[in-house]
Amino acid sequence: MSQISEIKENLTVTNIGRGMIRREDPRLLTGQGKFIDDLPFSDFYEAAILRSPHAHARVVSIDTERALKLSGVIAIYTAADLEPIMKDLPPKVSHPKLNYQIRLPMVKEYANYVGEPIAVVVAENRYIAEDALDLIEIEYETLPAVASTHAALRKGGPKVHIGSESNVAVHIIQKAGDPEAALKTAPHVIRETFKITRGGGHSIEGRGVAARFDPITQQLTVWDNTQAPHYVRQMLATIYGMTEDEIRLIAPQDIGGGFGPKAQFYGEEVVIPWIVMQMKHPVKWVEDRWENFISATMERSQTHRVEVGFDEDGHLLVLKDVFEHDQGAYCVGLQVPTITMSTLPGPYVIPNIHSELISCYTNIVPTSSLRGAGRPQAVTVMERMMDRIAEHLGMEPAEIRRRNLIQPDQFPYAVGLLFRDGSPLTYDSGNYPALLEGAVDRIDIVKFRRDQAEARSQGRFLGLGLSMYVEGTGIGPYEGARVRLTNSGKILVTLAASPQGQGYETVYAQVAADAIGVDIDLVEVRHGDTSSIPYGQGTFASRVTATAGPAVWEASELLKSDLLAVAASLLKCDVSSLALSGNSVFIESEPERRVLLYDIALVSNVGRHGMSVPRDLPIAIERTAYFKPVQAVYSSGISAVIVEVDPETGKIEILKSLLGHDCGNVLNPMIVEGQILGGHAHGIGNAIYEEARYSEDGQPQAVSYLDYALPTAIEVPTPELFHVFSPSPLNPLGVKGAGEGGTIPVPGAVANAVEDALRPFGSRICELPLTPERVLRAIYDHD
Amino acid sequence: MKSAPFKYYVPSEIDEALELLYQLGDEAKILAGGQSLVPMLNYRLLSPANLLDINRVSELKRYSLTDEGLKIGAGVRQREIELSPEIELAFPVLHQALTNVAHVQIRNRGTICGSLAHADSAAELPSVMVALGAQMVIRSGVGDRAVKAEEFFKFHLTSDLEPAEILTEVHVPKLPAKTVGAFEEVTRRKGDFALVGAALLGQWDANGQIQNCRIVCSGVAPVPLRLRFAEDIVNGTDLSDQVLVNVQQSVMDSLDPTEDIHTSSHYRKIVTGVVVRRGLSRLVDQRGAANGSR
Repeated sequence: MSQISEIKENLTVTNIGRGMIRREDPRLLTGQGKFIDDLPFSDFYEAAILRSPHAHARVVSIDTERALKLSGVIAIYTAADLEPIMKDLPPKVSHPKLNYQIRLPMVKEYANYVGEPIAVVVAENRYIAEDALDLIEIEYETLPAVASTHAALRKGGPKVHIGSESNVAVHIIQKAGDPEAALKTAPHVIRETFKITRGGGHSIEGRGVAARFDPITQQLTVWDNTQAPHYVRQMLATIYGMTEDEIRLIAPQDIGGGFGPKAQFYGEEVVIPWIVMQMKHPVKWVEDRWENFISATMERSQTHRVEVGFDEDGHLLVLKDVFEHDQGAYCVGLQVPTITMSTLPGPYVIPNIHSELISCYTNIVPTSSLRGAGRPQAVTVMERMMDRIAEHLGMEPAEIRRRNLIQPDQFPYAVGLLFRDGSPLTYDSGNYPALLEGAVDRIDIVKFRRDQAEARSQGRFLGLGLSMYVEGTGIGPYEGARVRLTNSGKILVTLAASPQGQGYETVYAQVAADAIGVDIDLVEVRHGDTSSIPYGQGTFASRVTATAGPAVWEASELLKSDLLAVAASLLKCDVSSLALSGNSVFIESEPERRVLLYDIALVSNVGRHGMSVPRDLPIAIERTAYFKPVQAVYSSGISAVIVEVDPETGKIEILKSLLGHDCGNVLNPMIVEGQILGGHAHGIGNAIYEEARYSEDGQPQAVSYLDYALPTAIEVPTPELFHVFSPSPLNPLGVKGAGEGGTIPVPGAVANAVEDALRPFGSRICELPLTPERVLRAIYDHD
Repeated sequence: MKSAPFKYYVPSEIDEALELLYQLGDEAKILAGGQSLVPMLNYRLLSPANLLDINRVSELKRYSLTDEGLKIGAGVRQREIELSPEIELAFPVLHQALTNVAHVQIRNRGTICGSLAHADSAAELPSVMVALGAQMVIRSGVGDRAVKAEEFFKFHLTSDLEPAEILTEVHVPKLPAKTVGAFEEVTRRKGDFALVGAALLGQWDANGQIQNCRIVCSGVAPVPLRLRFAEDIVNGTDLSDQVLVNVQQSVMDSLDPTEDIHTSSHYRKIVTGVVVRRGLSRLVDQRGAANGSR
């Protein structure tokens, strides 16, 4: 693959770039995966959690007497029993202007959403624990609830938090150029309001925490299927007043999907290990599906009021977007809405931008990152407007995009806004015209328009939608990797980040094997245990390839220089005469003069007890590297969708789905393809099916898959994929993130396609997901 | 999502089951395929004190297709009926409806009688059984009785069954010659309960007119809804395009469907008209075949 040659001159790359089958697959496909609920916690008690049935209520009294009498119940804890840990769980991303509301691990007085934890029952097993939940008597004083940003902003309406002045969490404006002046002078200005709903993460495995405390070593071991083991360890250390070394946090070898909700920090993660230390007995809590529906963070509605100004030729002059974001009951982090703010301009040259966020508290489970993380909403808004401009000017949607794209020679391209990592939004590399033309050629738009016209004459409604995006990935602050020569002569790579299906055990073996030059079968990758590498951040924001990847690369290069130095000493030759291949180092001109990695380990790691070694001989062959990106690296892509809409039922059939994707150099094309396919399924769900509906009093309406329309393999077409390769100049592998690109453009493309199909009816598609009901309303209910 | 505690009974004879049920009364629920009951137990929407598992009662596991029609016992899985070529030939509309019931994995466990006793009006089987004029055979410790499908469904998730009774069998009478049928539905996802569904049956007479038409809808009312007014419009006609347009309009004008989380009453009103019209046009498609075959 040609793109690989740019990684490093003079390097023989044999593994990077190969579509290697994942090492994880055999155990997963044969049911041998080890998920948190599979671990042999035979002596553990099990916990169940009583959750608020009200969206907003004051807890007047809690009576646990009857529940405690139930045979098999060990203990019940409420906030009153957990005073030492009733401390604030701060947001991951904050802002100086945030109207901050304290989030506690459990309800102390006010329950602010349905699902908020109020009491924990510990019992011999989960059945008994749940029986006991039914016996806890709680008196509530119910309070008026706020269940939408619209309700939150209503003058004189109820407040989400008793005693707060306003339901606005934060109001931020970012500007580039002079948008006010540009709106006044632009030859054409069009406006629209869009409402976009994202859904939940719906990982097959819910959240889970188990812990054991060893009174002899004073070590607290926590098993937590988190996306961010070191982050959770630090939060626990801070809240418990312990050092990070007193807590060993293990993310199990296999985690059944993350998608963002498992990168957040929850009250349950604080409470369960603490209870373990109080009881001096191990306990586990594994979230069930119902709990996942009501208490795992999700993304939800944004309402955008957008204006764009452009000239006669369709050149964008100004973009102004003011949007409401549903933050939920607490601010778990501002990453999602701030990402929305900076994702809007996408791949287009827009000289004047006004991006304004009004984030609101509501009495609903908090929102946080979920695959796409604020981008699908932004991209839908921008791409819907690109289609509207095309319609306004009577132009092909592809042509309007063509005229506005940032060109390959314009990188690095400064948009004029800030990204969520705090750095200027500056795109590092890309080739947006190649993505657009790649899609246009594969779709054959001229032929499609003929087919569309013919179909319309027969009463059938076909539509084409395009949608492009730029996605900031690979954010800081850093990620680490430790590479070690084991005493048996193998290479062990230890990552701080833990995977949830991304194939780290395969990909980072590929990277290390190529950096060192050893046989990949000698390389093993481990992850997710804070005791084996001191610092790390975690798997989120499509960041690990572009942070842990370079860290593995750098640590491996350092390790290789150590291996060569030991060999030079043993072979009494110069390092420059040596080569490394397979399982040995040898003199290139005399390959029979070699030392095995095993021999190196014997000399430098095992050593001879009490004996001196030469001064220049590297010992303890182990290297750790932390890679610190200077800024985000920007992936990009395009989705093209052809749909047929049944105008009598509002049902949408996807006839073709095409995705073009650019994440720079590709380490393992098979894994990247898998990521894109999975992301695409989430995108189809967002576009047509998934909606976490709440009643006006904040009651969740969809708490099972009967009512929450998660798409299945039947609903999700297999997309055609193509790749463009624009390596990042900002890291040594030239890589960018690939975990979310399949999701981000799809809702916008589907919405554009449906409106295109229904153009004869003058339908306006302004709200997602496109349920049959909404489609039918778009046909019937307009001027 | 763990069930509340219950006592579990596994009778192997029908009389034993009836005796147990007579003793336990409304404190018991019957477990057949468990495809609706078990999730309801796990969500603690139901917490019966006793669970009576009839899966070991061999007498209930039989079905038969004779000159009188089809008899399906309470233990017969949906998939068994779906996969029988003889039943598909004799009752194509039942086969079509079954292929729309949930997913294969669920049909492998779910029973025909279980779905009927559960009485979800958005399910496929209740409306198709009303259209087919099926009889429900109900047994209890005190006596047996038979109830027409049309009278069996009382309200959403409520049937005519008394606490001590078991729906042991459903009888589907043999269809008259030249019967044609169709099952149409609109769902959000494949396998979902119907937003709107319709089972249709009728016979083409020698003059090319449809007779004895039955139109029964799923998902629009608390029970399977037989649209007699629509049947009156179409009976004795040739189902011309104009008749189809009229019946679609009439259905739209007349219905006041239920509203739920899945869709509005208004949507169901419009789309029921569409589904009925499309179902009728499939009867039109079968006119030639029906006349040619006899």
